[in-house]
Amino acid sequence: MKVLGISGSLRRESHNTELLRAAATLLPAGTEWVLHDGLRAIPAFDADEEHLAPPAVVGLRDEIAAADAVLFSTPEYNSSIPGHLKNALDWVSRPIETNSLRNKPVAVIGASTGMFGAVWAQADLRKVLASIGARVVDAELPVPSAHELLGDPEAVKESGLHEQLDGILAELLAEARPVAAAA
Amino acid sequence: MSAVTEQQIPSGTWTLDPIHSSASFAVKHMVVSTFRGRFENFDAKLDVAEDGSATLTGTVDADSIVVKDPNLAGHLKAPDFFDVERHPELRFEAHDLRRDGDEILVNGELTIKGHTNPLEARGTIAGPHQNIADKTTLGLAFETVIDRTKYGLEWNAPLPKGGFALSNEVTLLVELELSKA
Repeated sequence: MKVLGISGSLRRESHNTELLRAAATLLPAGTEWVLHDGLRAIPAFDADEEHLAPPAVVGLRDEIAAADAVLFSTPEYNSSIPGHLKNALDWVSRPIETNSLRNKPVAVIGASTGMFGAVWAQADLRKVLASIGARVVDAELPVPSAHELLGDPEAVKESGLHEQLDGILAELLAEARPVAAAA
Repeated sequence: MSAVTEQQIPSGTWTLDPIHSSASFAVKHMVVSTFRGRFENFDAKLDVAEDGSATLTGTVDADSIVVKDPNLAGHLKAPDFFDVERHPELRFEAHDLRRDGDEILVNGELTIKGHTNPLEARGTIAGPHQNIADKTTLGLAFETVIDRTKYGLEWNAPLPKGGFALSNEVTLLVELELSKA
């Protein structure tokens, strides 16, 4: 089982990247973890240039295709997802019938320094991923006041964050296990 | 059990002529208009026993959905709608068929996306009739309305000025040309 993490934040000290790293430590033994590190290099989507597929886009598509499941962690910019994350997903979504996110189990978590934990961005991201054709876990995990929480192991322990991450990871991995086709 | 009698429909196995049959749907879109789509690949069979009892079965290849926009087709095949990867087939099976002249009433079960619900469909029936190839043929046509949310198709989007993009009520339209083996 291989899980790919995609952080919606490009910032070096990103709370969302830190949240993904925390989630990675909770994955079951034997689960391979890959953290994507290429969103910054993806140019603006242009349908005229779609057929050229820049290397950064090919890299992201390939990493998604090679993963059994994808865990996104998104910040919230102006009540929604960051533009570069949406832009990357617009690239990945083409062509819609065969894109690498199609039927891919995905889950969304998010952190913010405010009191809402990027909850609207998470909802928007789930909607976008479902529209692309991903198998979206119907759960959210908002982490508010991330700047105070994530650097404090004792506070993390008291917050129940690890238990919440365990829950959403269990749902994600359950979706990623092969199932028999049913009518 | 069935009220179909030997006199009404000759016994035997009636199979589908897919070229002259169709399986389509219509749903209210943007509150005001009607959006239509169809399935390219489907099958149906009517078994009528000597005692007049009958079974009508139909299967539809979910991946064969046809709409005018490929992006929409992609969305309809995705987990948001039919989830064709995990639920490749829609299925209808009925053991209760009642014919009254050129009308037919069918009670069965419809399965979509792993959700099975009882379904009553009224329609018309024509034949049997000898066609140009000297085959005995029957024509059946059904139109019925289902609540898509009872079949796990719950996607919707609120419209800025009120209402939702899609109605929950979907009209199913099936026209079958069957011939006797």
